[in-house]
Amino acid sequence: MGQGASSESNGGAAATAAATPEHRSTARSASLPLFDRLEWLRGYLLMSPTLLLISATLVAPLAALVLISFWMQSGFDLDPTPTLRNYRYLLEPGPPTYWLKIPFPFEHPVYPILLVKSILLSLAVTFAVILTAYPMAYFLAFRVRRHKLLWLILVTVPLWTSYLLRVFAWKIVLGYNGAINSGLLSLGLIEKPLEFLLYNPVAVIITLTHAWAAFAILPIYVSLEKIDRSLLEAATDLGDGPWHRFLRVTLPLSAPGTISAALLVFIPTVGDYVTPTLVGGSGGHMVGNAIQSLFGRQNDAPLGAALSIVMMLSVTLLVCLFMWLVGFASMRRRRR
Amino acid sequence: MRFRLILPLYALLFLIFLYGPVLLMPVFSFNDNMFTTFPLKAFTFKHYAGLAYNSGMINALHNSLRVGFSVSIASTIVGLLAAIALTRYSLPGRAPITGMIMLPLVVPSVILGVALLVILRQVLDVELTLWTVGVGHLLLCVPFSMLVLVSRLEGFDRSLEEASADLGENQWMTFWRITFPLVLPGIIASLLMSFTISFDEFVLAFFLSGTEPTLPVYLFSQLRFPQRLPSTMALGSLILFVSALVIVISEILRQRGFEAAKPLRTAS
Amino acid sequence: MKAADSIIELRGVSKSFGPVVAVDDVSFEIRRGEFFSLLGPSGCGKTTLLRILGGFEHPTTGDVLIDGQSVVGVPAYQRPTNMVFQSYAIFPHLNVHDNIAYGLRRLKLGKRDMADRVEQALELIKLPGYGDRAAHELSGGQRQRVALARALVRRPKVLLLDEPLGALDKKLREEMQLELRQLQRTIGITFVFVTHDQEEALTLSDRIAVMSHGKTLQIDRAAALYEAPSSRAVAEFIGSMNLFEGRLISSEGGLAKVDAGPFGMLSARAEAPLPALGSIVSVAIRPEKLAISREPRPGLNSIEGSVRTEAYFGDRSHFYVSVPGAERLVAVAHQNAFRSFKESEAVGQPVWLTWSPESAILLTE
Repeated sequence: MGQGASSESNGGAAATAAATPEHRSTARSASLPLFDRLEWLRGYLLMSPTLLLISATLVAPLAALVLISFWMQSGFDLDPTPTLRNYRYLLEPGPPTYWLKIPFPFEHPVYPILLVKSILLSLAVTFAVILTAYPMAYFLAFRVRRHKLLWLILVTVPLWTSYLLRVFAWKIVLGYNGAINSGLLSLGLIEKPLEFLLYNPVAVIITLTHAWAAFAILPIYVSLEKIDRSLLEAATDLGDGPWHRFLRVTLPLSAPGTISAALLVFIPTVGDYVTPTLVGGSGGHMVGNAIQSLFGRQNDAPLGAALSIVMMLSVTLLVCLFMWLVGFASMRRRRR
Repeated sequence: MRFRLILPLYALLFLIFLYGPVLLMPVFSFNDNMFTTFPLKAFTFKHYAGLAYNSGMINALHNSLRVGFSVSIASTIVGLLAAIALTRYSLPGRAPITGMIMLPLVVPSVILGVALLVILRQVLDVELTLWTVGVGHLLLCVPFSMLVLVSRLEGFDRSLEEASADLGENQWMTFWRITFPLVLPGIIASLLMSFTISFDEFVLAFFLSGTEPTLPVYLFSQLRFPQRLPSTMALGSLILFVSALVIVISEILRQRGFEAAKPLRTAS
Repeated sequence: MKAADSIIELRGVSKSFGPVVAVDDVSFEIRRGEFFSLLGPSGCGKTTLLRILGGFEHPTTGDVLIDGQSVVGVPAYQRPTNMVFQSYAIFPHLNVHDNIAYGLRRLKLGKRDMADRVEQALELIKLPGYGDRAAHELSGGQRQRVALARALVRRPKVLLLDEPLGALDKKLREEMQLELRQLQRTIGITFVFVTHDQEEALTLSDRIAVMSHGKTLQIDRAAALYEAPSSRAVAEFIGSMNLFEGRLISSEGGLAKVDAGPFGMLSARAEAPLPALGSIVSVAIRPEKLAISREPRPGLNSIEGSVRTEAYFGDRSHFYVSVPGAERLVAVAHQNAFRSFKESEAVGQPVWLTWSPESAILLTE
């Protein structure tokens, strides 16, 4: 071992000492205690605080919500006799009422109309979000080479700032005395403030699109970033121009991320509360407002619970239908 | 050539769309005007100065900080335990468990809010306090803490922990000498993220806060009073600034620490 | 060496992960102070076996003894073994000194002793003065040395090495092989070395266990494995082997005669235990023991064929010869120092392959 020969002899001494090692005796050769052998048990022990939390703050409350949806409000108290009255109230057939020329054959059409309206608004928002987010994600994945981290942080930071404040910001932008109106007035382009900017469904769509666009970038970006660059080169090599290459390779391969993004936007948006409250006005109200009001001012928690459940079930049903239609499961399998 | 410019141009527009409306708030908060209108008048700090004497706001800030600190610590501890369980143990039924933990991310906050309200008021008959807000926020924060820490724990070579055991340290000491220092950037990121989520959260706090408002709930209550708009915007700007700062720090920590703890590739 | 001097003893060790049997009823002994290799293709169970020795996996059934004591149920941190991990597992948040000293804390040494030991270890791995280096400043080879020092500094009874040279490039790997072998001789600790590289195993080891599908096929010295493999699997995993199948018809004077059908009568070394007369056997011959010539040579085994291709390696060439009746091309190694064959002439030409009966062996399975 070349140089260090003097210390080498020490090393040699260490070697002979190896016969009398300083490890503690391993005489104890009893088999593993039960607890050590059941690895999953230890895993569950570590998991137990989370499971406890989830059971107490998610599972139990949702179960309670389901439970009281079968109760009745009587005055300030709840009558715990099981009844389907709340659901019947929501779904009872009746003469059709027309909204946007769509017939709603319900006895009490307010909530069904509100639910459908919320779903349509959410669909519009989802569509707008994907349209705005996809090019940005594409840009981040394929065009940004330097300072990628900086770009990613730039895009994600707004997500972490207060949702309430971001919505409020649009009130400042679109309001009667807001930035757009006062800006246009001071430029002399209009003579009096435009009233159609705020308090309508379009304001809701714009605000929600703004709120979710950055969020949707992330899953799309990840699925674009994962695409093996040699696949794109192969497509070019096989004669595809940039446009065909995008349609035939990039877009299909990024579809799972895009669909996940769409679902992650659509599902919570149906029940959004802050945006319709602040910028929706009466025309832009959504089902979240109705639920809040039933639990609050209208003091009919059971009906509110039933409405919540009908809403969640409708959304779940729509999502399942959609996933089945696009063959999401098989798409993800193919992607692997 | 011109074609290649379309995307960068779009990216720029996107950032303007993303930041423009939000940045109007700080702009108007320094404007000496009761309304959020152009043209801007004079620059002033008076809306900010006024906040210092606003006892309702101070009180709400105090509440938010208390809830935020407690929630971030609790969420990080719970999330760390869950992340260790998910990455270091074979856990039967991990997929449904993970799905359950992630569920609060897609369930609308209003639903979570009313569901918690029902069980707290109708079933358990608990008074609404900052504790109930904290519990609600914990539900929202744990998925994030867990995700951050899972990716952190998956990011480093498992044999580091085995090497520690091989060199004579038991599980407990291995955690403190190896796992903890390597996961530390993730832990800090989780603390910061959870704090921000709790500090900014409105809907659950709105349902669950009872008589003690958190800062967003206080801010929401102020939106009804047009004459308080400038000070509300000053407050909003401060909140925006704080959460943006905290998140930038946590993102940098998360990414930085990540590089250092990756399995070391051998240079040849 | 006597069996009594074994440091490790495996008795019927099996390990399954769910339905997958990684180690299947393995029993053998490792002698004190020897350099022992576990050799096999990936997935053969060699790493699992090593991890069982280290205490990272626990056998489903069977017993493991280290220095005469059963270690089943003893966790890794209480075992007299230390491991050099495939990835080296150098702690990224500690410098070289702290990495090496990591395992000394439990030994309750004095401060001086500890510093001395780390210093000695650094000298041993030829990295004196590297104590303050950060983990990420080390090259692959240096990392490997630090991992070695970190394990040896605890003076284990057995050092376990999990493909420690796999991540290094060829040149450095050969250098480290030599050093590892010297180091093991100097310090005399038992090394258990896992590798899939047969050349590495042959050059380094006192003895090698060839593994496949969780079982040990053969445990022997390198030369014995090469010259007298016990099965076709071992023969084909270590080096390459030409096989001619036939029926054993007689055995006398240390030579067995085999009726190999289209290849004629072939003879080979007859070694105990000899298979029953009349059974199907393979006459196995290494490529370098075949001679290639234009004419048959009397007194030797001879087979006629024609050259298909030549693979040129500089010092030697391999000719691949197609022989009527043989499924696979027969490989012949030809030393180019005595090049009597020119490739331009060889390919497509009828040739004779000859070998002396003593250089062929019989294989049954």
